[in-house]
Amino acid sequence: MSPSILDVEGRAASPTILDVEGLSIAFGRPGHGKQVVTDVSFKVERGEALGIVGESGSGKTLTMLSLLRLLPRGAEARAVRASFDGRDLFNLSPAALLEIRGREMAVVFQDPLTALNPVLTVGRQITEVIRRHFRSSAADAQRRAVELLASVGIPDPNLRLRQYPHEFSGGMRQRVTIAMALAGEPRLLIADEPTTALDVTVQAEIVSLIQRLQREKGLTVIWVTHDLALLARIADRVLVMYAGRVVEDAPAAKLFANPRHPYARTLLGSIRQDAPRRNRTTPIPLTAADTGAVGCPFAPRCAEASEQCRSVAPVLKVYGGDTRAACWALDDGSARGAGSLDDGSAQGTGS
Amino acid sequence: MKALILLYRSPQTRVGLILLTFVILVALAAPLLAPFSPVDVDPTARLLPPLSRVLVSSTHSGASAAHAETALHLLGTDSVGRDVLSRLIYGSRLSLTVGFLAVLISAVFGSLVGCLSGYWGGWVEALSAWLIDVQLSFPFLLLAIFLLGALGGGTLAVVLVLALGTWVNYARIVRAQVLSIKNQGYIEAAHATGAGTLRVLFIHILPNTLSPICVVGSFSMALAILTEAGLSFLGVGLDPSTPSWGTMLNDGRDYLLTAWWIATVPGIAIGVTVLGVTLFGEGLRELLDPRGVR
Repeated sequence: MSPSILDVEGRAASPTILDVEGLSIAFGRPGHGKQVVTDVSFKVERGEALGIVGESGSGKTLTMLSLLRLLPRGAEARAVRASFDGRDLFNLSPAALLEIRGREMAVVFQDPLTALNPVLTVGRQITEVIRRHFRSSAADAQRRAVELLASVGIPDPNLRLRQYPHEFSGGMRQRVTIAMALAGEPRLLIADEPTTALDVTVQAEIVSLIQRLQREKGLTVIWVTHDLALLARIADRVLVMYAGRVVEDAPAAKLFANPRHPYARTLLGSIRQDAPRRNRTTPIPLTAADTGAVGCPFAPRCAEASEQCRSVAPVLKVYGGDTRAACWALDDGSARGAGSLDDGSAQGTGS
Repeated sequence: MKALILLYRSPQTRVGLILLTFVILVALAAPLLAPFSPVDVDPTARLLPPLSRVLVSSTHSGASAAHAETALHLLGTDSVGRDVLSRLIYGSRLSLTVGFLAVLISAVFGSLVGCLSGYWGGWVEALSAWLIDVQLSFPFLLLAIFLLGALGGGTLAVVLVLALGTWVNYARIVRAQVLSIKNQGYIEAAHATGAGTLRVLFIHILPNTLSPICVVGSFSMALAILTEAGLSFLGVGLDPSTPSWGTMLNDGRDYLLTAWWIATVPGIAIGVTVLGVTLFGEGLRELLDPRGVR
């Protein structure tokens, strides 16, 4: 049932910064727990913007947290491979792990209201990260913090540095958390629904801020969201997750032009004004049996589900060179080989 | 300095600050302020009421009162003729020292235990919970009397016993705080920026627990001063000749009806100090909560 593994070995100068294969996360006792993420595989190229989309509970955030080893207590992650720039994330010493967090990979969290410590000044929280990773003097860290605040578009950074989080508006706080995330000068930024808790007008500002920083600093960004319309604008590749599995992985342009998996099609249908009404999703409550049961997890909601779908879970297969999807209904012979892409074909096309 | 100015702004805290500053200044300047020695007894001047004058130089019987050297016992004398005001002034040193030290030791130790047990859980928590239970199940006075008997009394012993009696308050409150704080988003965010355990504990979590620590601290300080008085009253605390508010209360107990000032005066001093500490602690708590600063 596991997708077969792939060809390319991690070479030193590989364009791939993050390579995850066969990642599973379970809560509870090993082997007997509740599996919430199953066999997730993906690659992220340097400088690329990867979008991960899926409904609440589809395992997007847990997948990201597991890479930083920040899973809540009781959750256990295993992977065939989880390599960041050639380093095995699941096999790091605690000290090496702390060096990676913030310095190599940083996270912008969903809720800026809770992501800042209420009793420390904003400046203290940013300089804390700088001094943690660069051993710089207090004065240098202070200067750097001012630059960071200015670069995320906070006016009057010298003054704002001395203020507490409650003195900032929601959008400004999210800018601060972005400044904090960038303080360690990471190469990979994980934006975990960074705009969900914000006003619509502020959302657009935060998105373009992250995009600008991505260009300026050559960041690789993983956007975790359930906003498909947003991903259409900003992502190079999109990973569609459903019930803890990757159901489709495609260049953004291809996904939006030609979604293959029925779930991706209904998702897109739900945001398109011009889509025929019958293609729009109707909410169907998920039952516990939907996740971890035999067969395709989407089968209970799928209009095209067959007997095969209900008994055997489909594996990811490659379609059209650079798209992967897991659906029996697509199995008309156009699939090629197993579910991994050649490195060369995984170039971003969107935005 | 900025903190002091902020504290001074609130009227309540200002009162606390003034009272506390006054008591501390008195304690520091005791030798300059006290008109008599706090320990010298004078059998000829026992139980004098406040505002009594006594002759100090030995003049022959024919001299007129106008030419005699007299001294004023502003607050009277106690049962062995010691000046109550002088003892009160010197007593402030001891009461404040005992109160501050007991609070400092118990707050540091208790907070540390609370922090570690709340954060790590597991056996650390089990061990500290056990220590707290043992502590709480033992009547404090019994423990204090037993320990002071074994240690032989003295200021340091009293401080340690008081600290032993109050650290559980900090441990329990800090632990409860840490349990809720460690699941906050900003703690996860701190971990995500590469902060290690100690950094998270002492930079991100501990400052969030300071306001309750301050509240408990101000009450405990008051309680420590009172308990010191109580222990001295029971005769297991400080040496009876040591000038402290507690020993003074103890001395005055037998004369409450005949010489009310002996016990009343230190009682008022304790009340004033405790009030000052409590008001100040409340102000400090507000100051430490950034949302409270206007």
